[in-house]
Amino acid sequence: MLLDLIPDQEFFRDTTAKFLEDQVPARLLQQMAATIPDGWEASYWRRGAELGWTSLLVGEEAGGGSVSGQGLVDLCIIAHEFGRHAAPGPLLPANVVAAALSDSGTHPEVLAELLAGTAIAAWCGSLGGGGEAVDIRADGADLVLTGVSRPVETAGQASYLLVAGSTEGGVTQVLVPAGAPGLTVAPLRTADYSRHYAAVTLADVRVPAGALVGVAGQAAPDVERQRQLALVIACAETVGAMQAGFDMTLAWAFNRYSFGRPLASYQALKHRFADMKTWLEASHAITDAAAAAVAQRSGQAGELARAAKAYVGQYGPELMQDCVQLHGGIGLTREHDLHLYLRRVITNAMLYGTPADHRLRIADFVEQREELS
Amino acid sequence: MSSAVEDIEDVETFRLRAREWIRANLSLASAEHEAGLRAVPAEVELAGVAHDRALQRRLHEAGLNGLVIPREYGGQGLTPAHQRALNEELSGYEWPSRFQVPTISPCGAVLLEFGSEELKKQHIPAILRGEEIFMQFMSEPSGGSDLAGVLTTAVRDGDEWVLNGSKVWTTGAWWADWAICLARTDWDVPKHQGLTVFALPIHQAGIEVRQIEMLNGARDFCQEYLTDVRVPDSHRIGEVNGGWTVATRLLFHERMMHNSPYVTSPAAAARVVGESSLLRVARDAGRLTDPIARNLIGEARVLDLTIDALQQRVAGGVRSGALTADSSAVGRVFLITKAVRTTQIRYEIAGELSAAWADDDGEAAGTGDGYLMRQSSAIGGGTIEMARNVLAERVLGMPREQTRDRGIPFRDVPRGATR
Repeated sequence: MLLDLIPDQEFFRDTTAKFLEDQVPARLLQQMAATIPDGWEASYWRRGAELGWTSLLVGEEAGGGSVSGQGLVDLCIIAHEFGRHAAPGPLLPANVVAAALSDSGTHPEVLAELLAGTAIAAWCGSLGGGGEAVDIRADGADLVLTGVSRPVETAGQASYLLVAGSTEGGVTQVLVPAGAPGLTVAPLRTADYSRHYAAVTLADVRVPAGALVGVAGQAAPDVERQRQLALVIACAETVGAMQAGFDMTLAWAFNRYSFGRPLASYQALKHRFADMKTWLEASHAITDAAAAAVAQRSGQAGELARAAKAYVGQYGPELMQDCVQLHGGIGLTREHDLHLYLRRVITNAMLYGTPADHRLRIADFVEQREELS
Repeated sequence: MSSAVEDIEDVETFRLRAREWIRANLSLASAEHEAGLRAVPAEVELAGVAHDRALQRRLHEAGLNGLVIPREYGGQGLTPAHQRALNEELSGYEWPSRFQVPTISPCGAVLLEFGSEELKKQHIPAILRGEEIFMQFMSEPSGGSDLAGVLTTAVRDGDEWVLNGSKVWTTGAWWADWAICLARTDWDVPKHQGLTVFALPIHQAGIEVRQIEMLNGARDFCQEYLTDVRVPDSHRIGEVNGGWTVATRLLFHERMMHNSPYVTSPAAAARVVGESSLLRVARDAGRLTDPIARNLIGEARVLDLTIDALQQRVAGGVRSGALTADSSAVGRVFLITKAVRTTQIRYEIAGELSAAWADDDGEAAGTGDGYLMRQSSAIGGGTIEMARNVLAERVLGMPREQTRDRGIPFRDVPRGATR
């Protein structure tokens, strides 16, 4: 997260931080898997929406608005708090879908529900396991969808699913209502138990042309924009969780004594903390740089968003596993809160493209640039 | 600088003037005159030195040198913002790299802070005119990281000091002009309290300069042997036995490297060259379409983008007060690990050509030699272990390492048998 926020952003951050501390403290998260099957109460998400969680990427004319003029930068402040509290709730899909509807000017009634937090939307934008394997064909005035998208966050709780698929001559996107005939949503298991993922199967799901989001066959740039937003939000959240894990482990190093000395006095461990701090600050920095570029739709946005995901996706899990190591045995148990952040970080690292996927794409950017010069 | 703000050229006017002059007068950067620890014949290095001297003088005559240095010492009396603008305009162009680190900073910077009026008037204009290149006589064969433990001794003799000892890891001492030397002037006080700093000409009777051959064949690092070298007291920098205060500032300016407001360095040059050459290594190794090589190229680019973002974060945080100045250690640890990793990546992309190559293997030729020096960035300018200590102790507040040399006369500090 940025080191220097403007006062309005600070207020915005503090309000959300206080709300999350109150609503989803670690001890509640520890029991959450057993007590709240959906992961959160409907009122939790509605109240979050009132705090501004869903409106930052939406234009003012559609009922949205930002704090600083750069909605994505503001949203990253919220995502950071989500990570720092390992908070439940569909922050990423809600905002990506709201941005898509707002940008395309379609489905205003759905957008209003998303903004109010009264409905949940899922974004079928995963890269792996069939994410690009949806086929959308025209049949008269209708569109017919076939294929699989997985994993899809919050698909089981969503009223709407934003699905992209290949169509003759390009990419098409449609908004599919939950319960559409031929649509199956099968819950998946996940390491992050304040998150919910599902496999979405589309077997000849028929929707009217009015379901379109953007122009049929020309949605590739829209999908790229959504992907950039998702990468940045996921990174901001991961960095928040890394920060929580690091802070916890740093405090532990000062308080835990062995052989009459605090762990923090051992050079072997000090050096590991120095590296972890470096990874953490670098993760903050590249994520903020990506957020600014994507917010401004700069020419470097695609590369920076992927660089952030590649870096944070590599060093986030590395940092968290070091936190486990430095805690010793207790770090491997559910009796300590550290695992809440470990779960969030390792799950985010593999979603929306792995670090290696993004490195390969970045090599393409390098090659294109060099051929230009 | 602050009192005359209304009198100085505004940054954008300056930028345009600089841009016009640069485009009309400078060549694009090329490897030919580049400073660096490469294996090149002596005459090539000397030609590079001569080229830099001329370049430094031309920049000076154009009013584009020593921007933040006061006018009375030959500078322009401008601001760090002007320097940043110049650096941006220099992107892609040649610049007198041998006059930057360590000549203008930290040596020039410390002369300005601690030097007598006479010293400043003698040396700062000479640096800016391209006449004097300064080096640092700091490290000694007895130890690199423990700088305050230097053994080179200066003994007072009337208006002069007599220096004896040995210094090492001086870049380019064989072609440089002057040195700033840290010496021990009192053995009977704790180590930090008995040091003094002097300026002295490198090429004089009593100083023997020996070039050290590195693993890649470079011969730019030197060791010097000082035998009864006489330095007038007028060339002392700072107080007698106040040398650690000066050395601390030397290290401070050194850590700022190219971010120092004294330093002229193109904002974007090395980066472009470094990045594209990895791609060319892959091409010349016949691995441009190999996903393993492409993954590595992507990784190197990620590190490039991340260091830029990190340096901006740290610099901004230090400016706003959100971070302490010691936080620059974070950038340093990243920079070192990035340099080491990038060298590893280059070596791996070249693959078998790193083991055995022909001169016509293009960019992939010689990566094996380069790889021999992989750890150089983790050693030179202070080891990464020291940087990690600084980060852990001064940024994270962890307990300091125990030492056996505090509070006792330096004479009684345990020393190893080797020097």
